[in-house]
Amino acid sequence: MEMGSALIILESGLRLAIPLLCACLAGLWSERAGIIDIGLEGKMLAAAFAGAALAHFTGSAWLGLIGALLASLALALLHGFATIHRSGNQIVSGMAINMIAAGLTALIGAAWFGQGGRTPSLQGPARFEPIWLGMDALTLLALLSVPISWFALYQTRFGLRLRAAGENPSALETAGVGVAMIRYCGVMICGVLCGLGGAYLAIAQAAGFLPQMTAGKGFIALAALVFAKWRPLPSLLTCMLFGLLDATSIRLQGVSLPGLGQIPVQAIQALPYVLTVILLAGFVGRAIPPAAAGLPYVKEN
Amino acid sequence: MMSQSNHRTSAQFLASAVSLFVLSLGITTAKAEVKPAIVYDLGGKFDKSFNEGAYMGAEKFKTESGIVYRDFEIQNDAQREQGLRRFARDGFSPIVAVGFSQASALEKVAAEFPNTQFTIIDMVVDKPNVQSIVFREQEGSFIVGLMAGRASKSGKVGFVGGMDIPLIRKFACGYVQGVKFAKPGAEVFQNMTGTTGAAWADPVKGGELAKSQIERGADVIYHAAGGTGLGVLRATADAGKLGIGVDSNQNGLFPGKVLTSMLKRVDVATYKSFADAKAGSWKAGVQVLGLKEQGVGYALDDNNKALVNADMLSAADQAIQDIISGKIAVHDYMADSQCPN
Repeated sequence: MEMGSALIILESGLRLAIPLLCACLAGLWSERAGIIDIGLEGKMLAAAFAGAALAHFTGSAWLGLIGALLASLALALLHGFATIHRSGNQIVSGMAINMIAAGLTALIGAAWFGQGGRTPSLQGPARFEPIWLGMDALTLLALLSVPISWFALYQTRFGLRLRAAGENPSALETAGVGVAMIRYCGVMICGVLCGLGGAYLAIAQAAGFLPQMTAGKGFIALAALVFAKWRPLPSLLTCMLFGLLDATSIRLQGVSLPGLGQIPVQAIQALPYVLTVILLAGFVGRAIPPAAAGLPYVKEN
Repeated sequence: MMSQSNHRTSAQFLASAVSLFVLSLGITTAKAEVKPAIVYDLGGKFDKSFNEGAYMGAEKFKTESGIVYRDFEIQNDAQREQGLRRFARDGFSPIVAVGFSQASALEKVAAEFPNTQFTIIDMVVDKPNVQSIVFREQEGSFIVGLMAGRASKSGKVGFVGGMDIPLIRKFACGYVQGVKFAKPGAEVFQNMTGTTGAAWADPVKGGELAKSQIERGADVIYHAAGGTGLGVLRATADAGKLGIGVDSNQNGLFPGKVLTSMLKRVDVATYKSFADAKAGSWKAGVQVLGLKEQGVGYALDDNNKALVNADMLSAADQAIQDIISGKIAVHDYMADSQCPN
């Protein structure tokens, strides 16, 4: 494959990796703080809808982004309230958020815009356009959040405390730091990152919201998180790998390969999933989640 | 306690008596004039595409005849049967079911209400009280293919389909024939978005597929992919290339960037079903609408006027005449699951 098409696949892979990366980092922040979040999908979907709706009404992509962040943050706080404050089951709460988001976005969308749950197509300044090397502002923000996450988690006191909340919350409490507060921080950062991912989907990559447009990306991000062993830089690499596989599968469709001829569409489309299973089964080794992830912390008196 | 429950039973009795009365009233009016109804497919009434066509047809009937109709937008697959059955039970007839996905639900409900007239669009349901309306999409696709072939400077054009089903291959096949008719040596890239229903609502993937075709040199891309196609049209518009819309007139979505749209006149089909029922000439059985019946065609309006030159128009209109007269035979993919090109 010549240089030009390799670069094109790389660009396309990056575009497809960004929403995954946002969701993956979001899950990382939440789970590192001890809160498992399978509601990434729902938060992204809600953010995508709120972002597209606000961008449509105001004509400003940046206001759309703010709307997306707020919607996602609200759901994240709901998850936090249920699981931290009320010690509820984290899986159940996450699942509930996915269902609420899937139903509400389509319903409100149909009521507001009357286009089968879609928002009208966004044009001009209501969308993020490429500003640097073909990348738009949200792509740059998402990529920047990787080193920022790494720095915050591993080089700051806050990061240490947050990781402690996920590994050994009682030790953190003994040191005089409130676990609930730290966990809320983790959940809220998760909300912001999901909001970024959703906004990217609806107002940068596509031009508007469509029901179910996240199409399982929140769940693929969870797999990527395991694959990256809950670390920021490997998260980037994993999401890029998934994005590249997806881009390759799109590019290979209908193209004749030397020696192989034209590969059936179905085989191409299954490729990313097959490779994911192989990689997860064979190469990832032992992936150990944060020790206290999934366990509600109840202060001992 | 006792008196309360007595009270309740009498209230219930009253309620059921009233509803019985209303019901009988409904049946008598049904005999007097038509009570049309529509059940839309998942895309919803205002999908800028297929369902909206049915809506337009029904609205036209309403303004012309003054007869109001009822409609129902389903939110999930399970509601198809519920919607159809409720309308049938309430005495509506004819009931138009929009979309091929309604077939199995309609088959069941049509058997339960043999005296109700049903019309299904885009699918054949073989029941004595069902009218099936299908289109010769290959003919309309041939015409837009011809226009694509003439508009293309690179000699390479693209097609992006939604779900990989025979119906969509029928679009693709007609399109390829049209392109080759206009430019025998032209290359046509074809992609399908997926193999599940999600392929109708994935504009991101649609956009990526379009971009990949553009990178290979395509400068006109036709989509038959529902909501996914919005991503295709967006990507072609962003890249300064031309898209071709489908089902309804999509020229206005990206003015000046959409060469034309392959019209599938679901509005005509819906209107005709209602009007025929009113006139008493409604007939069960299969109706195939092609160029001759003006069931398919291409869109020309202010948004694409500048893109379509006189040569292209006369070639398209000539081809329409030739297809109607039988001089040009457009192959139907669904006849033998094969495309000659």
